[in-house]
Amino acid sequence: MKKATLAIALAGSAMLLGGVASGTSTAALAGSPQEMLKRYAEEAKAAGIMPEGGFSAERGKALYLADHKGGKPATPSCTTCHMKDPTQPGRTRTGKLIKPMALSKTPDRYSDPEKVEKWFFRNCRSVLGRECTPLEKGDFITFMISQ
Amino acid sequence: MHRKRLPILPGAAGMLMAGALFGAAVMMPAWADERYPPVTDELTKKECGSCHMAFQPAFLPARSWAKIMDTLDDHFGEDASLPKEKVEHIKAYLMKNAADTRWRSKMMRGVRKDWTPLRITELPYWVHEHEEEVRPSAWKDPRVKSKANCKACHRLADRGIYDDDDYYEYRGYGLKRGGYRDDDDYKYRRGYRDDD
Repeated sequence: MKKATLAIALAGSAMLLGGVASGTSTAALAGSPQEMLKRYAEEAKAAGIMPEGGFSAERGKALYLADHKGGKPATPSCTTCHMKDPTQPGRTRTGKLIKPMALSKTPDRYSDPEKVEKWFFRNCRSVLGRECTPLEKGDFITFMISQ
Repeated sequence: MHRKRLPILPGAAGMLMAGALFGAAVMMPAWADERYPPVTDELTKKECGSCHMAFQPAFLPARSWAKIMDTLDDHFGEDASLPKEKVEHIKAYLMKNAADTRWRSKMMRGVRKDWTPLRITELPYWVHEHEEEVRPSAWKDPRVKSKANCKACHRLADRGIYDDDDYYEYRGYGLKRGGYRDDDDYKYRRGYRDDD
């Protein structure tokens, strides 16, 4: 009963939002982590950097935990703000809570392409000093889906 | 130059007026003067508010907001880039409501025209308001973490309410406790309604 009410409420608000918002946001509502992965797989193939075995949660984990050079000194790693255990909530440098990165804990993550691209763009430049490749993005999301 | 003098009010009416004024002055709570118009622009709320509380535009002069919005690729050590049209929208909103657009803004005290402060926490007024009241160790409290975390102590900061000095005493950040049981008790006794 409760679930049904929630579903109706969600559908209602989605329709409302869809009605008001422009093209990009409507697409965002329809998105899913799998669709993000599909997009990055296509981009990686086009760039000729897609390995045989496809995306890897292991590589994603290594990327997430590593200390990187080349980025801004205040943010050497993803785990400067996110937790080493991605099921735990992180905190920004200003103390604001960040919902867990693990999909199991924050199910609405990796579904809004605009949001996902915005944060990859910013945070890869902050941490790595460059934009991430589609392979890195795909590995990252694959790791977070597995958590 | 002659300054216009206020006409002296005749006897009884004058006394009544003076009495009313005096009464108002006494009844006015001393803490009701640290309020700033909350952020009303939705895009500003959303984008600025994703890493920290969206600070009220009346905290910095327009030239500061302009510089901050023009250097988002290195925003206090992080990349906070936004698409150009969003940058321009937010920048215009912040500049239009900046500290130096307000009459005798306290935030502008000691801010010389050739200085473009980038941190609210370096403004002389901010420093003055915090240096005596907040013991230094409070800033290192993990619940606070950063001076940019207004809401750690000013619970209603996102509504522009900063005159709740006694709150952090209750939270244990200060030297004495304010005697509030919990957040609801605090709000009730300070007269804040949830729909304020």
